[in-house]
Amino acid sequence: MQVHRVSRQYVIRKLLIMIPSLLGISVVLFSLLALAPGDPFDELATNPAVPPEVRAALRAKFGLDDPVWMRYWHWLIALLQGDWGFSFVSRMDVSTLIMQRLPVTLIVIGASQILAIAIAIPVGVLAATRPYSLFDQVANTFAFIGFSLPTFFTGLVLILVFSIQLDWLPFVYRADIAATGWAFYWEHIKQSIMPVTVLGLFQGAALVRFVRSSVLDVIRLDYVTTARSKGIGERKVITRHVVRTALIPVVTLVALQMPIVFSGAIVTEQIFRVPGIGSLLISSMLANDTPVVMGVTFVSACLVVIFNLIADILYGWLDPRIAFR
Amino acid sequence: MALVSAFALAVILFAVVAGPFIWRVPINEIDFAAKLQGPSWTHPLGTDDLGQDLLSRLIYGGRISIAVGFAAMVVAIFFGVLVGAIAGMSSGRVDAALMWVTDLFLSLPQLPLLLLVIYLFREPVKGVLGVEGGAFVLIVAVIGGTRWMSAARLVRAQFLSLREKEFVEAARALGASRLRQVTQHILPNALGPVIVVATIDVAAAIIAESTLSFLGLGFPSDVPTWGSVLRDAKDYLDIAPHWALFPGALIFITVLAINFIGDGLRDALDPRRVL
Repeated sequence: MQVHRVSRQYVIRKLLIMIPSLLGISVVLFSLLALAPGDPFDELATNPAVPPEVRAALRAKFGLDDPVWMRYWHWLIALLQGDWGFSFVSRMDVSTLIMQRLPVTLIVIGASQILAIAIAIPVGVLAATRPYSLFDQVANTFAFIGFSLPTFFTGLVLILVFSIQLDWLPFVYRADIAATGWAFYWEHIKQSIMPVTVLGLFQGAALVRFVRSSVLDVIRLDYVTTARSKGIGERKVITRHVVRTALIPVVTLVALQMPIVFSGAIVTEQIFRVPGIGSLLISSMLANDTPVVMGVTFVSACLVVIFNLIADILYGWLDPRIAFR
Repeated sequence: MALVSAFALAVILFAVVAGPFIWRVPINEIDFAAKLQGPSWTHPLGTDDLGQDLLSRLIYGGRISIAVGFAAMVVAIFFGVLVGAIAGMSSGRVDAALMWVTDLFLSLPQLPLLLLVIYLFREPVKGVLGVEGGAFVLIVAVIGGTRWMSAARLVRAQFLSLREKEFVEAARALGASRLRQVTQHILPNALGPVIVVATIDVAAAIIAESTLSFLGLGFPSDVPTWGSVLRDAKDYLDIAPHWALFPGALIFITVLAINFIGDGLRDALDPRRVL
């Protein structure tokens, strides 16, 4: 199979489609913020030392009396210019704070997705090539158990077994490891094992079923029979002919699962105290740090849209029928 | 598997509904002499750090968690069927706009959005409806409000194919109004897959509620739900593992049972199934 080049037009079209989605997300977030009761100047209103004229002047200065669409416009412009507000709790710009935390989250999510795919593809393909066999049934049952187990419970059980009973792995993620060189990396890997496993197993369990049904759809097609009748070995038919086609829809599914992965990441970061944007979100919520909360929500929404875009482009690259439709 | 699950779910439902009448230990009776005890005859599931009885707390919490699950499912399915039906019946612009909104909601990260809504609206709703009622209404509304999309897409797809079928055309030829076509002819035939989605939504809503409570943004911490008991227990894993294991296992078994039932229903209701 030769990989064809994705037309530039296709990529540009997908990029343009992304803009309304991002605008839509910003409208949803802004309306939530605008609808939410509570006025930033409540405190001033009850403070007798502030005369009403000063209060009115302040409101006018910050545009609180403008019509809603104008406030949205100012908010959006500020957002685009990277002015995301100031965190009252951490005493730094929201954008700096998020950029500090984002890499950890991306590493954890990325590693767990790789783990999920590494589990789901072999298991799903094996199960589909022997439908209703013992292996298929066992795999199916485990997949069900896997995505019925809430991530917060799996996390606690892993801590109980591997940190408390066996004392193999640390259960608090530390960003300030004193060691250098190999020991430094080893410590980082050791403390990432459990969060990545929790997320990866959850994702993998959901993916196994998709992979299985996708392979089952393809394996019945005529071209597979043709390949077999040409005398190609069964193993080669599966790996070269079936899996290649069957994985195309799986790419989209991996991207569609991103919102769920983020939810899982928030919980996992909270349990293992991973200093990512998920735990930042929870701690700012508990500390009433609204600018950070809005920033993190917007960033995670943007990341999901970007992953969808990547999936669309990959899809066009893998499946030539899509790009020229 | 679905039958076993139905039985397990029935046992749990019976326990949480009838439990308080059989096991009469109050949920908030503090007894420091008996704190952090493992399972025993006086406290079958052990006690927490204030010596409160876990069995009665979990029975009470199960009521809330399961009630939230079902109520949120009803909200989600109601909106999903409504949006899907409107989109499926009207073609063109309305359909396109509704589906764009649906796709937009699908691409929003759910948990951050849930957390954001609860964060912004928690206090005022609490003021109107009281602490517990406010939390219940808010949590049900936001979980339902972020989970209607799959039902909407499904109903729309069903409507698009069903409305061109002969029996609907016959009804139309006989002069049935649009509303009658929908309620009498199309909707009943579209319900099968919707029931499957509804079942799975209950499980997802229970997980969502437990997650919120676990993160400390669901029900207030003095109201025991399965998630909030687990949250309290997580700092005592080393000395009182039973405290975390029981609520976690309950969530897991309930969700697993509901998922298996949904899977069984899917097999039973699938019209394309090969006999």
